[in-house]
Amino acid sequence: MAAVHGPSSKAEPMNKATAVPYVNGIMPVMDQRIYVHALLDQFEARYSGSGGQFRYDGQAWFGSDYNKLWLKSEGTVGTNGSFGDGDHEVLYDRSISRYFDLQSGVRLDIDHGPTRAWGAIGLQGLALYFFDAEATFYFSDRGVAGRLTGSYDIFITNRLILQPQTELNFYSNSDGARGVGRGLSDIDAGLRLRYEWHRKIAPYVGITYSKMFHDNVGFRDNSDAVGSGTNFIFGIRSWF
Amino acid sequence: MVESVFPKRTSIVRRRFVTGAAALSCGAAVFPALARKATIESMVSAELPEAASSFLLNVEKIPVRVGKQHAKGVGINGSLPAPTLRWREGDTVELQVRNHLHEDTSIHWHGIRLPADMDGVPGLSFAGIPAGETFTYRFPVRQNGTYWYHSHSGGQEQAGLYGALVIDPADKPAYTADRDYVVLLSDWTNADPMDIVSNLKFDGDYYNFRQRTVGTFLHDIRKDGLMASVRDRLAWGGMNMAPTDISDVSGIIYTYLMNGRSPAKGWVGLFRPGERIRLRFINAASMTLFDVRIPGLTMQVVASDGNDVEPVPVDEFRIAPAETYDVIVQPTTDEPYTIFVQSEDRTGYARGTLATHDGLLGPIPPMDPRPLRTMADMGMGSMKNMSMTGEPKSDPMAGMDMPSHEKTTPDSQSVEQDKTVHHHAAMHDMDMSNMAGMDMGNMDMPGMSMHHSMPHEGSSSSIKEQRAVSGSPAAMPETQPAKLKTGVEVQSLAPQPQNRLGEAGDGLDGNGRRCLRYTDLRALKPWTDPREPSREIVLHLTGNMERFIWGFNGKKFSEAEPIRLMLGERVRFVLINDTMMEHPIHLHGLWSELENGQGAFQPYKHTVNVKPGERLSYLVSADTPGLWAYHCHLLYHMDTGMFRTVVVS
Ligand SMILES: [Cu+2]
Repeated sequence: MAAVHGPSSKAEPMNKATAVPYVNGIMPVMDQRIYVHALLDQFEARYSGSGGQFRYDGQAWFGSDYNKLWLKSEGTVGTNGSFGDGDHEVLYDRSISRYFDLQSGVRLDIDHGPTRAWGAIGLQGLALYFFDAEATFYFSDRGVAGRLTGSYDIFITNRLILQPQTELNFYSNSDGARGVGRGLSDIDAGLRLRYEWHRKIAPYVGITYSKMFHDNVGFRDNSDAVGSGTNFIFGIRSWF
Repeated sequence: MVESVFPKRTSIVRRRFVTGAAALSCGAAVFPALARKATIESMVSAELPEAASSFLLNVEKIPVRVGKQHAKGVGINGSLPAPTLRWREGDTVELQVRNHLHEDTSIHWHGIRLPADMDGVPGLSFAGIPAGETFTYRFPVRQNGTYWYHSHSGGQEQAGLYGALVIDPADKPAYTADRDYVVLLSDWTNADPMDIVSNLKFDGDYYNFRQRTVGTFLHDIRKDGLMASVRDRLAWGGMNMAPTDISDVSGIIYTYLMNGRSPAKGWVGLFRPGERIRLRFINAASMTLFDVRIPGLTMQVVASDGNDVEPVPVDEFRIAPAETYDVIVQPTTDEPYTIFVQSEDRTGYARGTLATHDGLLGPIPPMDPRPLRTMADMGMGSMKNMSMTGEPKSDPMAGMDMPSHEKTTPDSQSVEQDKTVHHHAAMHDMDMSNMAGMDMGNMDMPGMSMHHSMPHEGSSSSIKEQRAVSGSPAAMPETQPAKLKTGVEVQSLAPQPQNRLGEAGDGLDGNGRRCLRYTDLRALKPWTDPREPSREIVLHLTGNMERFIWGFNGKKFSEAEPIRLMLGERVRFVLINDTMMEHPIHLHGLWSELENGQGAFQPYKHTVNVKPGERLSYLVSADTPGLWAYHCHLLYHMDTGMFRTVVVS
């Protein structure tokens, strides 16, 4: 990810301004700084009639206004201790418009199941009307996959925020070993009510609905099934 | 008593500082350790320090306490804010600045005309002052009035390294007063300035806890009806913008200070009934526009950015970061008067009292409702100009509440000029595409009716500006930005930027009080350089609030060429604010003569506050060679790219 530290590759070469004889080469303003942030959007316990599970979904980035290294990770741990739905991505992120970034890189499915690797390319940003949206395509010798996620913040008050959220996964081919069906493979939707007593630490409660769609009979269907259906959740959203 | 503490050589200088420090800081909620010994009497009765020409300034860490929190700030000679300095016009001043910090420092003499190597901007003027070293500033003082000084290094300005600067005139002052007080306004936070930028990069609304909610939506429905409210939400949402965007950093982390004192403590200025009191307001805040009033007293505005103007009687005025205004008040009774200074976003206030003896307190008025941005702030013109005929109103004076400003009615000259400038160039270049999905006719925009366009285009210049805008071949060379498009660094473009010099600002127009407007400022003396400008430099003020990137013409400082001026040339800067926030734009080392319709008596300023969606212009005589800073004086806008180097050679 050399691009992360490199100069902005905008059409204009950066630092034309160095044509000016700055004293000791000192820039009067440092507007190309590197920033680091991480957001743990979901960090929650889920309960349903059939048991419970723990789920996390977070992302982190570091970089400048134009070029960033972006990490995403999500996964689910069932009461039996098995790690499922593990998805980890390393992406190069490039700001391309007012609200959207282009991301490309690698996705690794690493959990209790067999490991899969994908190439990834997608868009992430703020759609109009303040919808947070991500749309990513994945490709490998197993076919292609897609993921759409979206969320929206409804301000009940300035600190009490209701957030509908949804994640949809598509696969061109089923993958029995990972419990993935063809077409719309799974959906995870939630309604979370968080309280931002501090911007960076907000506890929440809510409900989620998740379902795996299996087009073949005979899939192994044990740990993955835990958490399917409607769950009551509580957790904490945080970032730094 | 105090003198013996200091080495003999510096004692004279030091004593003055301690007086100043005591005046500003002692007993304050924000107080420096060294000044704590001074008595309360010395504090309340202290006026300006004596004038001097030789100073030793020790830049150092200073413990600060706001409320229960302890923090470290950066001050000078034990004082935070830094001590008030008083110079004499005609003197050559010498200021030794010793850096006791563990990082570089610098001091910029804001608004002072001096050789470029004395201006104090690291990289442009000099290399900065390294830890443990001393730098000596030495330059002749060729002006008088109220100014200030501050660090131009990192976040030191936010951390307290700013102080007032008062320069006595060589001749008799234009206005006399019995008492003379500095009223230095600032925004204090215990947060690390670097953290603030970082938080804003993550979430531009991080410090805004006044966003519209389900509750305000229901309230709007009751008031305006369901469809109008829905349409309004869709209009703003469709732009990914919010009308509640007033200040990037708010009272949620700021304590607003007057002369270093929190509102809980307050600052006190003493007077005897009948006296004329000069109050020198300086906005030394990093990110806050303030609205100043003294309920019960009319303020005569007599100077702006250090330069005398014809008196303007007002009840209230807005002061952007880095601006200064001198006002004269004359209380005739012995009751206490509150100097009430609200932040523009109404998340807090600074407070002081004018009283006949210490301990008296005037009533503290409630804060005004916070303003909401309107479509005019989006550069979409006023409602009036949005009429379907596409023709702006033909009577330039219609809608102006002139009666309350008798004193400031434009002279015949400027009225004549008005007649030549009815046709707003912008009207013909309007790009309606950005307004898709908006039903302007039915949108309810509170306060909108007050935002009449005031077609004071100022001097005859506007004809040329129009030519520049429409792109017809003008005889003179122009510095025109390439066609601006929205993108990473440009969230919005103002399709119809307005002349808003006749407005007091969001939240002030129509509040029932006489509020100062830029068109009211009329210099006492005519310009010294009557030449017409030979070219225009058009700068769009641009930014992306979601990404917290700011710049000019869609570029951050590091991506742009410097602005080059020829020594001796006279140029017109045309600023077009494509954002929905105010930007106080500050040009170092040279004067900015605001084209506000006052002809040869247009006011000299060093910092010009550009309203959202506004187009304005000023003239600059490039009479001093060197590298000069040109930037927005909102610290975090400058820090994230709203900065240019101006090269005069
Ligand atoms: Cu400055």
